[in-house]
Amino acid sequence: MTGQEHPVLRTDGLTVRFGGHVAVNNVTAEFHRGTLTAIVGPNGAGKTTFFNLISGQLKATEGRAFLNEEDITSMPVSERTHKGLARAFQLTNLFSNLTVRENVRLAVQSRAGIGLNIFMMADRHRELNEKADHFLARVGLYDQAEVIASTLPHGGQRKLEVALMLALEHDVLMFDEPTAGMSVDEVPVILDLIHEIKADKNKTVLMVEHKMDVIHSLADRIIVLHNGFLVADGEPKEVMSSPIVQEAYLGTGVADHV
Amino acid sequence: MFSYIFSGDFPRSKLLTLLLVVIVVGLVLTPWLFPGSRSMETAMRIAIFIVLVASYDLLLGYTGIVSFAHTMFFGIGAYGVAITLNEMGRGYDAIFIGTALGFVGSVLLAFLIGLFSLRVKAIFFAMVTLAVASAFTLLVSQLYQFTGGEDGLTYSIPRELSPAFKLMKDKVFGVSINGKLVLYYCILFASFGLFLFMLRVVNSPFGRVLQAIRENEFRAEAIGYRTVIYRTATNCLAAGMAALAGSLMAIWLKYTGPDTTLSLNIMVDILLMVVIGGMGTLYGAVIGSTLFIMAQNYLQELMKVASDQFSAMGLPLLPDLIHPDRWLLWFGILFILSVYFFPTGIVGRLRKAKT
Ligand SMILES: Nc1ncnc2c1ncn2[C@@H]1O[C@H](COP(=O)(O)OP(=O)(O)OP(=O)(O)O)[C@@H](O)[C@H]1O
Ligand SMILES: [Mg+2]
Repeated sequence: MTGQEHPVLRTDGLTVRFGGHVAVNNVTAEFHRGTLTAIVGPNGAGKTTFFNLISGQLKATEGRAFLNEEDITSMPVSERTHKGLARAFQLTNLFSNLTVRENVRLAVQSRAGIGLNIFMMADRHRELNEKADHFLARVGLYDQAEVIASTLPHGGQRKLEVALMLALEHDVLMFDEPTAGMSVDEVPVILDLIHEIKADKNKTVLMVEHKMDVIHSLADRIIVLHNGFLVADGEPKEVMSSPIVQEAYLGTGVADHV
Repeated sequence: MFSYIFSGDFPRSKLLTLLLVVIVVGLVLTPWLFPGSRSMETAMRIAIFIVLVASYDLLLGYTGIVSFAHTMFFGIGAYGVAITLNEMGRGYDAIFIGTALGFVGSVLLAFLIGLFSLRVKAIFFAMVTLAVASAFTLLVSQLYQFTGGEDGLTYSIPRELSPAFKLMKDKVFGVSINGKLVLYYCILFASFGLFLFMLRVVNSPFGRVLQAIRENEFRAEAIGYRTVIYRTATNCLAAGMAALAGSLMAIWLKYTGPDTTLSLNIMVDILLMVVIGGMGTLYGAVIGSTLFIMAQNYLQELMKVASDQFSAMGLPLLPDLIHPDRWLLWFGILFILSVYFFPTGIVGRLRKAKT
């Protein structure tokens, strides 16, 4: 196919209900190769829940999700990961009692598909170690490789969270507020990294983010969620100036970021 | 070289290393150091239980699976060999076929149990294993034509492995070199081999995934590990190892019955050994089994000696308190104290002390 390539990731009327509450309501969206889409919306809008539906932590009540035009709606999480989805979590979610290197090595090992090997010595696998160190260096954690993950400061844990996702070497990357709670001097490391990833035209990036400056510098496109509904979808300039967004989003106190 | 054999997983404590060396050397030299069949029985029991307990630790300590079916798999291995030896006569072919059948049967059964129940909550899985194990015990006692029922089976093993078969006319340092001694070393080295294999497993990429699942199952799944597959695989592996331990036991004892293999008492013993030694470290299985079995076998005698001493000294109360009949009470107290003071087991404690 030339010209109009099929979307790498696509959702079709994705919906999830918790009792009476509809957290994601009939969301249809497409994500194309080589683009970075920012997903914005006030707290509780359903952004993380939307991610959970795509990566499989939650099962959709209605609607479908497609990865490379393959229906992934009912696949288990691990299978979606193997199909090419990689995700970093909003709430840091690590193997806390293992070392930083061991955390990343687990992701590298998953990608290498050798998890069921029972004869090899895991620590002696040169390639695994080198790859793990490579990703640690990329997020600036190489010097802390031997540290137990839970003893890293918050910013460090956020970086490790991202390293775990990168180490899967997949083409669809989902960041959920990657810089939230990071100190000012640590944020640029992650942002530079996302810039780098974006430069790779094979990647499709989805990023939930609140900080408007970050969105402006990175996003090719913005999706706005509000009360579970997709209320706007388009180029950053056009989305930010649309009346519905002005009302839904900018009225919530995030305006001071703009 | 050492690092390869031990899969790079060393005891990481001088005292622990020393203890392990003493245990291994003790087991290897038992026929010479402590002549007599009783000490050889004890040593074999320790060696085989090291395998059995280590395999249970794969489940409990490394994967966080609570199963009560471990003695069932131990029993399947034992009965496999017992039945074939009983039916086919005392041949190596019978031993081989019995061991293989026991192993394959255990792995398959573990796979089925896992398939149907590893997705559910841990407590349900534990219940299922308990139910299956009870049903199996019942089945064994019902099928007495094959299994000997409650009485069990007594059979012969190849002549070359029996005391009557002398390899040398003269004794070597007071020990006669006969078939039984050969069998002793075969089983001992088979046990060491199986242990080292499991040590490799826990330090392999597979072992790392188990660790990851225990740490954070949600994230393990999210980075692409289908956790139910890993659980099932561990379940099968542990069952296979338990079956092999059972086969070794059956060959050594030349008797297999419900009491030596299937009983729930043994299940409890295994649990205690894992906990005393330290969960999630295979070296704990070595320490736990050795201490437990030594205590089981010798605490009573020790108490008798002490009790007699005290009563000879005319002390009141004390002789009664440590009367050999109360050994289980003391054993229980020792257990509670050890768990209280070493919640991470002896190995965990020693590693923390870092000598
Ligand atoms: N598992 C769940 N069960 C019940 N309600 C849920 C569940 N997950 C999310 N919700 C609800 O769905 C709504 C959307 O939550 P979500 O975490 O997706 O918001 P968000 O847009 O990521 O917000 P934030 O910016 O605070 O991260 C919230 O009202 C939340 O309480
Ligand atoms: Mg969120």
